[in-house]
Amino acid sequence: MLKKFKYHIAVFFSVIGPGFITAVVDNDAGGILTYSQAGAKYGYLPLWTLLPITLLLIVAQEMSSRMGAVTGKGLSDLIREEFGLRTTFFMMAALVVVNLMNVMANFAGVASALELFHISRYISVPIAAMVVWLLIVKGTYASVEKIFLFATVLYVCYIASGILVGPDWKEAALYSVTPVLMWDPDYITILIAMVGTSVAPWMQFYLQAAVVEKGITPKDYAASRIEVIVGCVVMSVIAFFIIVACAGAIWSVKPRDITDATDAALALKPFGPYAYLMFCAGLLNASLFAACIQPLSTAYTVCEGLGFESGVNKKWDEAPIFYWLFTLLIVIGAGFVLIPNFPLIKMILFSQVVNGVLLPFVLVYMILLVNKKQIMHEWVASRAYNVVAWTAVTVMILLTVALVGISARQLVGG
Amino acid sequence: MADNILFFTELLGLKVFDLKGRRLGTIRDAALVPLVDAIRVDRYLLGGGWSWLTIRYDQIQSITLDGIYLSDEQLVPHHGDDYMLRLGRDLLDQQIIDVHGRKVVRVTDITFETVQVSGRDELRMLEVDVGLRSIFRRIVQGVIPPRWSRKAMTRIPPNSIRWEFCNIVEADPQRRLRLNITHNMLETMHPADLADIVEELSPEDREAIFETLDSEVAAEALSEVSPGIQASIIESLETEKAAEIIEEMSPDDAADILAELEKETSDEILEEMHSDDKDKQEMRELLEFSDDRAGGMMSTEYVALSHKATVSDAVISMRENEELLESLHTIFLIDGEDKLVGTVPVGRLFTAGEGALLDTLKSDGLIKVSVAEHQDKVTEMFDKYSLLALPVVDSNGQLAGVITADDIISVLRNS
Repeated sequence: MLKKFKYHIAVFFSVIGPGFITAVVDNDAGGILTYSQAGAKYGYLPLWTLLPITLLLIVAQEMSSRMGAVTGKGLSDLIREEFGLRTTFFMMAALVVVNLMNVMANFAGVASALELFHISRYISVPIAAMVVWLLIVKGTYASVEKIFLFATVLYVCYIASGILVGPDWKEAALYSVTPVLMWDPDYITILIAMVGTSVAPWMQFYLQAAVVEKGITPKDYAASRIEVIVGCVVMSVIAFFIIVACAGAIWSVKPRDITDATDAALALKPFGPYAYLMFCAGLLNASLFAACIQPLSTAYTVCEGLGFESGVNKKWDEAPIFYWLFTLLIVIGAGFVLIPNFPLIKMILFSQVVNGVLLPFVLVYMILLVNKKQIMHEWVASRAYNVVAWTAVTVMILLTVALVGISARQLVGG
Repeated sequence: MADNILFFTELLGLKVFDLKGRRLGTIRDAALVPLVDAIRVDRYLLGGGWSWLTIRYDQIQSITLDGIYLSDEQLVPHHGDDYMLRLGRDLLDQQIIDVHGRKVVRVTDITFETVQVSGRDELRMLEVDVGLRSIFRRIVQGVIPPRWSRKAMTRIPPNSIRWEFCNIVEADPQRRLRLNITHNMLETMHPADLADIVEELSPEDREAIFETLDSEVAAEALSEVSPGIQASIIESLETEKAAEIIEEMSPDDAADILAELEKETSDEILEEMHSDDKDKQEMRELLEFSDDRAGGMMSTEYVALSHKATVSDAVISMRENEELLESLHTIFLIDGEDKLVGTVPVGRLFTAGEGALLDTLKSDGLIKVSVAEHQDKVTEMFDKYSLLALPVVDSNGQLAGVITADDIISVLRNS
């Protein structure tokens, strides 16, 4: 019996790899909030965006993992080697700022998930920050990653919540394939935010580094590509159920704005304690998982791009910049959440704006790199691939410009 | 800041003037011709767009922050630079190996020394810069005047590597030859340090290094590389080179690597190897054992003597197995049927007379394991009995191999 269980776990971990992890961490606190908001306010209408989002995500992730497999180098290494130090420096600086926002959003996620259990954020957030920091410094993160990963089974709870709520499946199916556009600024913001939260810059750096770390070569890349695609699809399926759950629980009663992710969880309460508990547990796990990965991945990316020593196997004075960088990301990210009356929701919204602003730059550099024959050899991008990639990037840029415009207006106005 | 120092970032963009003081253009890159001189900057590339001109080092009168003044204006168009190490293209922002500091670093800038040779200024490679100071310099380059940035950067501690300790990694063998790049310096490093460095490089560069390293050094370094990477390195090499390296390794390390490869590849390598059939047979046998069993952990390199042998027999046998001496702690005693009957710590040979029977020197109680024992149990035994070496026997009680403490440390580190 135990042996069989062990076997199943082994299969589970051999199937999931970098692509899957990245896609799963993609549904972090900011993501869950955005999807909940979409469902609560507009019901089933925004569902159609999930298909193009999935496609976009696959294109971006596929480029990262392909480059990782072929070159054996990280994305920041490649940008540095091909585009020079100054480009790298500004991109890294932007990445640090953007990821600081992401880290903050995830500590906010920890705070609100635990506040539902009446644990004050002044207790939960410092403890969470300490735990995350220790996990990374003690180098135990790699083993803990397996626990987090296994805990992503909790995402099933979103699917369960979605079913428990008893939404209108016919409508959900219909709107998944029927694009609906309305000239309502809030609606457009939500659509763009969904794209922004799904395809984030840090993921591209993280995924490529993880592919390199795992030693995937062009030879076994085909399997890796399948895993990337499966990961992206799973991510979208979860997003689908979050939207459906909130549409069924909130929108069908009375469409409204929700103030944070826990607001959505509270709305699930009438459908039984499990739907509610599972939503919270999923949120907590996603937030903690992302709060570990994002600072660590940022520190690695920046140090590699700029040529500083990095790695948790080095001592503090051997790799000071690496250690200071992720420590500060955690301390500042968690610290902001503790400021009384800090406009958390506004900041999370803002974090998606800056994510969106940085993303097109990252994507453009990625496409340029994946087209360079001297680094990609016979795995250089094909013409058809380029058409898809450039179209996706162009759409992203247009969306981003719109998002920046709308969000800037909201930030100023609201 | 000394006046005879110039940075590559400053050199880029310096204005070039002809004999009459007219401006010809700006410096775009500079190059060494390593086959001629490993430290002198030989060529300066002038211009922009598609039409670059080449300035040879002896056409230059003076180089200062104010510009470069020529002594000869007969410049030729720049073309075909296979034999040149282009500093901006091939060195700047690329990874090199710091042999002295034993790590992989990324080049941010280069420091030149200006030297006067028969009245002309020449640039010599002095150091390769890494770290914050050079990053600062690169970022402000062209934004604030170089003299200001020189002043401002003195507050940041420097971090540089002397040019003679820099080892460039070039993946293309043809170019490696033209640029006179060898990896000889790497061979002076400790194999474990070399292994750490290799792990940090991309697969292409790893291959480049192992291709050029002496097989013996390569084998020692490869033994220290982590298992997943070991296999990918061996797979990337030509079968012949791979076989040469594997030959140099101890049979248990070699078997570990071969076990990671696909059956077809490992067979090809075994086929290519020149070692005698006995060694190959041993390796094939080792390959049969699973990694986590005593049989998979053990080495077949040991010294075993008949229990009737004397101390002087042991000394003779050790002379014959000189390559084992560095890590030899125990001599095994076997009977007429190759069955293990005792162990003698090497140290005891020194206190006994030449004619003493080894059988009288053996340790009390014979501790051994069977080839099928699980590694957890083996580890436990090392801890319990404070062992340095543990003999492994097959189902007939015949000596099959030995597990040493360093094998156990690897197991513990990898778990």
